[in-house]
Amino acid sequence: MKISTDKSKEYQAVVQERMPKSKVFSQLVRAFLVGGLICCVGEGVRQIAQTYLSMDEKGVSAFVSIVMIFLGSLLTGLGVYDKLGKFAGAGSVVPITGFANSIVAPAMEHKVEGYVLGVGAKLFSIAGPVLVYGTIASMIVGIIALIVE
Amino acid sequence: MRRKIGKQSIQLKHAPRITAAGTVVGHMENEGALTGHFDTVIPDDMWGQKTFEQCERLMFEQSVKLAMHKCGKRDGGVDVLLGGDLLNQIISAGFAARTLQLPFLGLYGACSTIVESLLIGSALVDGGFVDAAACAASSHFSTAERQYRMPLELGTQSTPTSQRTVTGAGCMLVCSQGDATNKNDWPESVDNVHVTGGTIGRVVDLGITDANNMGAAMAPAAADTLLAHLEDTGCSVDDYDAIITGDLGTFGSDMFAMLCEQHGIQVADKHMDCGKTIYLPSQDVVCGASGCGCAAVVLGAYILRRIEAGDIKKAFVMATGALMSPVSGMQGESIPGIAHGVVLERRN
Repeated sequence: MKISTDKSKEYQAVVQERMPKSKVFSQLVRAFLVGGLICCVGEGVRQIAQTYLSMDEKGVSAFVSIVMIFLGSLLTGLGVYDKLGKFAGAGSVVPITGFANSIVAPAMEHKVEGYVLGVGAKLFSIAGPVLVYGTIASMIVGIIALIVE
Repeated sequence: MRRKIGKQSIQLKHAPRITAAGTVVGHMENEGALTGHFDTVIPDDMWGQKTFEQCERLMFEQSVKLAMHKCGKRDGGVDVLLGGDLLNQIISAGFAARTLQLPFLGLYGACSTIVESLLIGSALVDGGFVDAAACAASSHFSTAERQYRMPLELGTQSTPTSQRTVTGAGCMLVCSQGDATNKNDWPESVDNVHVTGGTIGRVVDLGITDANNMGAAMAPAAADTLLAHLEDTGCSVDDYDAIITGDLGTFGSDMFAMLCEQHGIQVADKHMDCGKTIYLPSQDVVCGASGCGCAAVVLGAYILRRIEAGDIKKAFVMATGALMSPVSGMQGESIPGIAHGVVLERRN
């Protein structure tokens, strides 16, 4: 039930008006810089895989994903990624390292509740919705593609 | 003599005394504006325990023991322990009471718990039902984050109205005048602080749904309780040296002042908020502090001493609580606020 009286509407309007606002511009800049930096690291890994490890196209993309997920997980474990996220916002959430962070963070957190009901049950508490709706979206796109073809 | 006055308030004719306070805080709290005021500072978030929850209950337990030791009640002499915390089923308080082996009444008023405990404890003492009541509350940044928000290592940003949950536990001992408090030589003993009355708050909800804007959600409850108190007692704000709130934070305090002003009450120069007091702006806590422990440790470690020193002679202390849960939030419910108040007075 939502509270909705004249008094509450008036109060909510005042709160909306006076509450401190996010500094959108500086946050965008920080997200752009850190997000871009993470992608540059990814690109560097890609170049290494192509040039020095002579991998084919498929091998390269798998290699880059594996390395970036490892780095995201490692930085989460070392307690660095949450500080990075506090600074960068979406800049560190959107790349694949953010996905790794969203799985490793609950795993670390819930270890004390055991491996089954703790880690196992809570592992996807953040990433779960992304997986569910990502899969559904890809199914819908697949069906549309099938019809169009 | 009737002790009930007006609609929601009580007066305590024997004016029970607060004889001691014990506080345990995290290192970040001790690095704030009140550095050096606390009894025990824990070195890290675990304090040698296996989980954050175990750490919080140990803090709760130690704060009670500290308060008992300070007035020579090392081996008992406390008739009831009242208190609670933020965790589901108030496990910090319950498990601490298991170790302490004191008669226990568990209370939940979210961040208003410490004043709820004081209010009930003082009433029990004043009525002659107990001689000494230990009133305590605790919160822990890491346990609260786990329960209410996101995993600690998840990289997220705090919103501009968010507040940081205090890692801290505070206990105050309320004793009857006749209670033989055999004080030992604790340097900062409290001798002259009395609880002389109080007001039981109503739940007030003006429809704020943002769990990161607790100050704004609780401010209407604080204003409501203050108004009720003034009306019931016939006092005005001028009769008090300080109007103290628990954890409204910077934005919530602004809203509280605005709501009071709408009713013709100017609180600005007398208002002090524990959530605004404990941290320094340089500690990057956005709108200040929150949590059961916030009001508990600021009251126990700082405000009692100021009253004892005489620079505050009479204070109306309200702790504010947000009575929502993660479930109610996800179901789209707004945040009900509550504030309970006690009158603390210096008497010789």
